[in-house]
Amino acid sequence: MHELSIAMGIVDAAVEESQRRGVRVSAVHLRLGALSGVVKDALLFSYEVACHGTPLEGTRLVIEELPVIVFCAQCRKMQELASMQLFQCPECGTPTMDVRQGKELEVFALEVEDGDLVVKPEVQK
Amino acid sequence: MSEPRLVEVRRNVLKQNDVLARGLREQFRAAGVFVVSLVSSPGSGKTAFLEKTLTLLQPRYRVAALVGDLATENDAVRLARSKAPVKQITTGTVCHLEAAMVQNALADWDLHQLDFLFIENVGNLVCPSSYDLGENLRLVLMSVTEGEDKPLKYPTIFNSADVAVITKNELAAAVEFDWEAARTSIQSVRPGMQIFRLSAKTGEGMDEFLTFLSRQLAEHRAVLQS
Repeated sequence: MHELSIAMGIVDAAVEESQRRGVRVSAVHLRLGALSGVVKDALLFSYEVACHGTPLEGTRLVIEELPVIVFCAQCRKMQELASMQLFQCPECGTPTMDVRQGKELEVFALEVEDGDLVVKPEVQK
Repeated sequence: MSEPRLVEVRRNVLKQNDVLARGLREQFRAAGVFVVSLVSSPGSGKTAFLEKTLTLLQPRYRVAALVGDLATENDAVRLARSKAPVKQITTGTVCHLEAAMVQNALADWDLHQLDFLFIENVGNLVCPSSYDLGENLRLVLMSVTEGEDKPLKYPTIFNSADVAVITKNELAAAVEFDWEAARTSIQSVRPGMQIFRLSAKTGEGMDEFLTFLSRQLAEHRAVLQS
């Protein structure tokens, strides 16, 4: 159970980003990959605790769960795993470890209240 | 009512750990030390396996170990019997090692004096999978007494590891361990994963594993020199 320390990391990141942008946050949007090693329900519970006494107290955590997507060298395309217990192409059955999505643990966006300054998103590499 | 507005920020929550881990990996590379971490559930035999490994490697290699536990220095005491330098990291309530803990523990060690550094994580098949420690190779251990479907129950940790080690093979017959089922489970969550099956108690299978480690070190150094 390391979700509390993860939740504290989320709160720290969100507080920092909101202060830098001068916005008031009503919700934090998180992208959570199925291979991140973090459990959604435990994280939601921990988030409330982690927010206590911070500028984020009372905000919501919105979690978008991302499935594992692999590249199948046989079919030459991206495929969503049918099961976390089976790392193979769901179409042709070729085993694959070429994971292209599913490890995310990312504060994706902040939901800000009306009237606050909205800053253009940063350009990603 | 106004629409809520989204401000995209895209911040990796584990960025701090990842940055530290990258720094560690660079430090290991500069020192020419090959770093192996061990993850498993509590009681799978990590410490016995590591004690044996440290003992058997020492005639030829300079080795050391860090060992993480919530409490007690018991494992460090056990590993110190191998005569290798050993340091305990007690995490308190934290269920896994983080790069910062490794960095702190290594502060007064000269890594240039080492060939292999082993990092034994806290016994836990869930949380350690999220944290990069800068290691070159991650071993996941599983004892024959744990049930052949363990990899299916904890796919994330098996998926994050490079090599699997099946321990306590001296008990395999007593618990009717189904090797084929275990192998199939591992290959299902981590296709192509190399598997070693051994007994730290009797020494069975250790030679093969040590040969593998020697080869890994040689290849690692060859890459560094090229």
